[in-house]
Amino acid sequence: MKLVVVAGTPGSGKTSVLLHTIKALIRHGKNPAVVKVDCLWTDDDQRFKKLDIPVHVGLAKDMCPDHFTIYNTDEMLKWAEDEGADVLFSETAGLCLRCAPYPDECLAVCVIDVTTGPNTPLKVGPLLTTADVVVTTKGDLVSQAEREVFRERVLEVNPGCKIVEANGLTGKGAFELAETVRLGPDVCDNMVLRYNPPLAICSLCTGETRVARKHHMGVLRRLDGFMEYKGE
Amino acid sequence: MTEILNLTIIGGVNKDGVDEPIRSVEISRGEIVGIVGPTGSGKSTLIDDIEQLAQGDTPTGRTLLINGEKPDADIRVDPRQKLVAQLSQNMHFLADMTVEEFLEMHARSRGKDTSLVARVIELANTLTGEPIAAHHHLTALSGGQSRSLMTADIAVISDSPVVLIDEVENAGIKKQEALQLLAGEGKIVVVVTHDPVLALMSSRRIVIRNGGMVDIITTSQQEQDVCGRITEVDNWLMSLRDTIRRGDIVEGIA
Repeated sequence: MKLVVVAGTPGSGKTSVLLHTIKALIRHGKNPAVVKVDCLWTDDDQRFKKLDIPVHVGLAKDMCPDHFTIYNTDEMLKWAEDEGADVLFSETAGLCLRCAPYPDECLAVCVIDVTTGPNTPLKVGPLLTTADVVVTTKGDLVSQAEREVFRERVLEVNPGCKIVEANGLTGKGAFELAETVRLGPDVCDNMVLRYNPPLAICSLCTGETRVARKHHMGVLRRLDGFMEYKGE
Repeated sequence: MTEILNLTIIGGVNKDGVDEPIRSVEISRGEIVGIVGPTGSGKSTLIDDIEQLAQGDTPTGRTLLINGEKPDADIRVDPRQKLVAQLSQNMHFLADMTVEEFLEMHARSRGKDTSLVARVIELANTLTGEPIAAHHHLTALSGGQSRSLMTADIAVISDSPVVLIDEVENAGIKKQEALQLLAGEGKIVVVVTHDPVLALMSSRRIVIRNGGMVDIITTSQQEQDVCGRITEVDNWLMSLRDTIRRGDIVEGIA
């Protein structure tokens, strides 16, 4: 079984790029399955279902979607295996850009939209810097020079990555991405995350709603950058 | 960089998945080739195939050869080795930085010296009315200024042996000067256009219909003569435009 974790900034075209990539894989005789993780709502599963492949939706609700993805990875792989799949795509809605949902033995794909401007690669954090493949989308909306500057910026923060220029509308880049998936790693038993999750939780994480500082405990960071532990 | 003598487009399929009638087109160094066809017929898709040197791995299934051979994978993706410079239809800048910062970064991405920046701006200002300055913000440039800047960028920074131009006439810049600047010396130029002057300036034009290459027309002597005459009309229109831009009064037909 191969695991492909697809993350990226909202609206970057993850689902559209995946649809084309999955079609290309099916033509290669592969049997892909998709788990779509979102926060509150999604209808992307309907788009995947049109490809006649196994699709599962996971709504993270009040859990961080990336943490939800990690926590449920075993179950997703088991499900995909039961469905007779040989490639599992796990598409997750990365939000706070603090961690990255990539285990070591997966193909980590980060989808990012070039129309967000060439400073964006510097803001995306581990989601981008620890990815194996960075897929840039919407390149047809900007000039070649701007695409090249964007690419340079991606390589500044992740020098080892493979960059695929894709277009969710035309399917450009999908063949290349499908080929990378096909040659990608197989899942092993003891997967480890490439990047650590947030290093501590605070009382807000567990449901505290009062704003005043005195009500908060845990590992906390002040406006001036100082980090402290407050607790029992 | 590889010396490019010719570029071969090997036909794929049209929008219905049927083999396109033209199975192979070879374009040589120094040649300007047009791409014509109705809007939505797939002209830009052909340009995209050339830009990424498709290897049967795009939706059209076309394959591009350089000097009759498959290009290296690096040539396809690394801007430092890129053989193709593209002037696309879309010219809205989204990068929130100055002209100078952007051009410096682009020069770096192409492995070029940042001292070329001044030359790009100077050249761009020969194509557009209202001058561009180094400290201007990219996002504040007009359509014509943006296109002039990118034309000059291709001539100086991208400077690739193959130049692709998508609808250069739409931006109110001096199109013939722009085309001459882009064609440079011994480049392969492929230009998508509905403009009769530009279309007839090319030596051949590929006709696209329903996503497929259906014909190749060689520009006849008669067409070249027509081109000469419409160029005069075009220049006259251009001078009228300048007169009106300056705020002067048009005094009869010259």
